[in-house]
Amino acid sequence: MAQRAVPIIAALIVAGLVIGPVTAVLWRGGGFSALSSADLDALSFTIWQAFWSAIISVVLAVPVARALARRSFFGRSALISVMGAPFILPVIVAILGLLAVFGGRGFLNIVLGPLGVPKLDIYGAHGVILAHVFFNLPLAVRLILQGWLAIPSERFRVAASLGAPVFWVLEWPMLRRIMPGAFAVIFVICLGSFAVALTLGGGPKATTVELAIYQAFKFDFDLSKAASLAVVQLCLGLAAGGAALLLSRGDMIGVGLDRVVQRWDGSCILDGVWIMLAAAFLLAPLMAVLVAGLPGVLDLPPSIWPATLRSLFIALGAVILTMALALPLATKAGEAASLLGISVSGLVLGTGLFLIVQPFVRPSDVALPVTMLVNVLMALPFVLRILRPGVESARDDFGKLGQSLGLSGWTLWRIVYLPRLRRPMGFAAGLTGALAMGDLGVITLFSRPGEGTLPLVMYQLMGAYQMQAAYGAALLLVALSLGLFWAFDKGGRANAVV
Amino acid sequence: MLWCDQAMFGQGTYELSADLKIEAGKVTAVIGPSGSGKSTLLGGIAGFHPQHSGRVLWKDADITLLPPQNRPVSMLFQDNNLFPHLTVMQNVGLAVSSRLRLTVPQRDRVNAILDRVGLGGLGDRLPAALSGGQQSRAALARALLQDREIMLMDEPFSALGPGLKAEMLDLSVELAKAAGRTVIMVTHDPADAARVADAVIGVAPGIAFAPAVTSQFLRDPPEAFKDYLG
Repeated sequence: MAQRAVPIIAALIVAGLVIGPVTAVLWRGGGFSALSSADLDALSFTIWQAFWSAIISVVLAVPVARALARRSFFGRSALISVMGAPFILPVIVAILGLLAVFGGRGFLNIVLGPLGVPKLDIYGAHGVILAHVFFNLPLAVRLILQGWLAIPSERFRVAASLGAPVFWVLEWPMLRRIMPGAFAVIFVICLGSFAVALTLGGGPKATTVELAIYQAFKFDFDLSKAASLAVVQLCLGLAAGGAALLLSRGDMIGVGLDRVVQRWDGSCILDGVWIMLAAAFLLAPLMAVLVAGLPGVLDLPPSIWPATLRSLFIALGAVILTMALALPLATKAGEAASLLGISVSGLVLGTGLFLIVQPFVRPSDVALPVTMLVNVLMALPFVLRILRPGVESARDDFGKLGQSLGLSGWTLWRIVYLPRLRRPMGFAAGLTGALAMGDLGVITLFSRPGEGTLPLVMYQLMGAYQMQAAYGAALLLVALSLGLFWAFDKGGRANAVV
Repeated sequence: MLWCDQAMFGQGTYELSADLKIEAGKVTAVIGPSGSGKSTLLGGIAGFHPQHSGRVLWKDADITLLPPQNRPVSMLFQDNNLFPHLTVMQNVGLAVSSRLRLTVPQRDRVNAILDRVGLGGLGDRLPAALSGGQQSRAALARALLQDREIMLMDEPFSALGPGLKAEMLDLSVELAKAAGRTVIMVTHDPADAARVADAVIGVAPGIAFAPAVTSQFLRDPPEAFKDYLG
């Protein structure tokens, strides 16, 4: 039964990698009584900012999604594609872009300042929420747009011929079904926010639990406190993740949003305004990085190149490991198991792994492998969701044929499944590579000064106010992330016979 | 002789009982209304469906517990008989080797069988570059090249037009007989059975009856098939 053994081994590895660190955290954590009032403030801020980030994202997404659903215009499908980009955009790059637009010396302040508008300040709680809306508005738009496009077009025709109020008859019931799920998914994502809070938050009024874990590590050198906070984050993630699983419908990485439903209602101008506002909000920070980054490329410090190599090593290693684990796990049970990882945040895993390796090696010696592993666990749920339909249809279509020809085990994978899965594998590998390339999370706990990854070095440049170089690094990072995604995705598509 | 000895084949919650003997070297048609379990019978013989009780024997050897690849059975499925990403040569070559690079003698064998089914010179094409009839021929070529004594056909030509379907049926039976194969073919068309089958197994919901001589079955069908055959 060697064929059964491989999925079981893969499942055990994944379960072990999640359960091991979680156990370490639970064992070392001091329980809730060990929490100070500052920790409780962090807990309430985490929930508060996640709530508002999710509410604002979902509410703003409604008019944007409606406009996209009923208007056909030049660049519509390009705009919808761009809405998928924040998913693979390195968080730190987006933050730099937001700083360029909304920051103290940003574009808006330069333009609005002379008009007497009070100076905008992006640091603090509202900055955290702004960044979260930037990342999650596109996700909300895509989820809600799916709901809109799922309404059969005949119903709009009937409603129009009856003069019935389209919103109350057709759209509100759909929104009532989709919005709670979209809210829950975004709420969970924002609960685990680290890099945004690290850069834009901080201080007593804008510290998330994840950031508090980092601070316990870095500033207090207090591992028990970090572990206690990790337990808090773990409970938070599991509770909210469970709720999200119950509420969420629809596919986060859905395709087929290219259709426009013919409609006989609504204002063309208003829809246009919404689309322009959303596009400007999403594109301006990216443009800012591009414009400011080009001269910065010449200004890059030499330390950037080893950091780039480390990041590439992590990204490519994560791709290989993720694929090796995902292929045998691409079943319903495997997908459910991998969801374990999604409600356990990267920093919780990092804290646990730190506690586990610390007695044996210096944690900074294993910074790169640990970062790679955590990224593998974070990417697995998405990768499995992408691969499973392909594996299942290959099994349905060709499983019996393969069996009757005596193909089994690795031969079956080599001749039948791998060639059938080229496209989804390329896409999934691209996502994994881009996410790992841009990850700024667990590496902050483990790395020694001077041995950071590209996102970490970029963050350090920002901290040192070397903005020119930081913009250059951002451009390099975004080019590598998107480049990795593009290369894998393209590799999967080339010559694929479907 | 293929003997289903009080066999119960399951597919999900569905069960089909079969207690029958099929003569070796003959063509046996399996007829019955859709959903009655014709495919379940073939899948059971091929080893794809779990067998809940009874035995299946081929030439007195018990094959009940053998996995599909170890049974003396080749199968033409209703669809998806060819891997779309492999060439015709590679698809057919899987009958002799699971390496996609064939040795020269293996290539010669594949080419010979392709010639026999009328696909000479088309070995380098992908299935998508073939017509429906040609795809059926490629699948037939592989089933013939597989060195298995029983050939199961689960309506592999049902997507073809009537003329082409009859032509492929004739060709399959002719080549299978020449190779000494025992053919068991599902059909919902009594005319197919009349054309090529020596015997007919009637399948009513839940039960497969023992084979009857074709002419007799069609002239005087059992009670359960009168409505179906009209």
